[in-house]
Amino acid sequence: MPMKTWIEKQRHLIDFTLASLARRKAKNLGLLFIYTLLVFVLASVALYAHALRTEAQKVLASSPEIVLQRLVAGRHDLIPPGYLEQIGQNVRLRGVQKMEGRLWGYYYDSVVKANYTFMAPRDMQIPRGEIIVGPALERSRGLAAGNGISFRSYSGELHTFIVAEVLPQTSELVSADLVLMHEEDFRAFFKYPEGHWTDIAMSVANPQEVRNVAIKLLSTLPDSRPILRDEVLRTYASIFDWREGLMLALLSAAILAFGIFAWEKAAGLSAEERREIGILKAIGWETGDVIKMKFWEGLLVSLLAFLLGYVAAYLHVFHLDAMIFEPVLKGWAVLYPRFTLPPHIDGLQIATLFFFTVFPYTAAVLVPIWRAATTDPDTVMRS
Amino acid sequence: MRPANLALIVFASAIGAFALSFADAARLRAQSESASAETARLVERLGLTDPALFTEARYTRHPTQADLQSAFQDHPVAFEHFPTGSLVPPPAGILNAYENLDRKTAAPD
Repeated sequence: MPMKTWIEKQRHLIDFTLASLARRKAKNLGLLFIYTLLVFVLASVALYAHALRTEAQKVLASSPEIVLQRLVAGRHDLIPPGYLEQIGQNVRLRGVQKMEGRLWGYYYDSVVKANYTFMAPRDMQIPRGEIIVGPALERSRGLAAGNGISFRSYSGELHTFIVAEVLPQTSELVSADLVLMHEEDFRAFFKYPEGHWTDIAMSVANPQEVRNVAIKLLSTLPDSRPILRDEVLRTYASIFDWREGLMLALLSAAILAFGIFAWEKAAGLSAEERREIGILKAIGWETGDVIKMKFWEGLLVSLLAFLLGYVAAYLHVFHLDAMIFEPVLKGWAVLYPRFTLPPHIDGLQIATLFFFTVFPYTAAVLVPIWRAATTDPDTVMRS
Repeated sequence: MRPANLALIVFASAIGAFALSFADAARLRAQSESASAETARLVERLGLTDPALFTEARYTRHPTQADLQSAFQDHPVAFEHFPTGSLVPPPAGILNAYENLDRKTAAPD
């Protein structure tokens, strides 16, 4: 059959299919709406979770290779004086480029009922009495560069700082609640014992050496706990996987309900449809034509639902900041970071969604038609 | 207009929008490239290990740095705080057995 004739035939079949669908307008539009909604929800969850996971992985890829904590009775404890030196002397750590004690901790601000992360960065020159704050702090406390702010320390004294700078809003994903200050200010504020550190950050040049260094540290210092960057990345991958899974688990009831609804609609032929097929066969349609017509029906409905659902989900996630699912997927907190995710799209995920939304429905439409279309038109019309 | 032509127009627009979403994604990614790089630099400079997503407690602010071995973290009811705790509260029976200090105190727990 020449291509042109074939195309013309398909066009007539589509004409007929659409006219047939239009006869049950409310029912079919309802189906299309619910179908689109389901794709929208699934695609939104998939797009959001993947974008958040990718962005977190990308950003955290430059975190320290090893963070070494000291444990006392299974809990994180301060690094005492001499510990750093002890590592240098007793453990021959090949490949460790830099090893430095870090100072950071938490501060609960009862004014906004939120926790801040206080930190004394070593390679940042912050004058005494000044702080650099994260963008969420700027919002919640109404701060700007040049403003003064007082925090009551755990010993009860009031410490006043001048905000030197606010960290850029674009880095809010990691810096929302940070308060950076001079080391002396940090020690004075928390009455941090002299010579103690919160933990130790190490940078290792060769990624293949990281594990060996960690094993060596563990065997020499049994009270230490090295946390590898790989572990950090894995933790975040699993946290977002978990949240995506949780969301999908909650949605599974809706997916199942839709499955039953679609199967009922597609697989169970109504008496009217059965009669329609009988008449078509009686006026000379071949079994193949009837099946093709129904194939078009299944494909048009499911493909349109997939396309509309996906595009709506894309707009929802990347242009409306995923306002519907944000609280569940991101988590919640008083100091909530505001950030826009760059759209990282996983092609395989979208292909899977396409496969599982378009194919089952199209196939489900065909099964009963095959049975009806291969029987005698007279029997079909009479039954 | 023939229904088939109408369908063709609708599908062409939908497929166009679908393709456009990928082009738009590439554009947005390119736009945010410098911001992501800046964030990564900040992470490197400060040695950050966690995104500031859940600031309510130390083991949710820095889940990767939290104590692994100590069960119950702060006190017996608090161990479900993360990540399930953000969606599902602990069973009522367990809650009633302890004083809910974590929800009453003004100082950090």
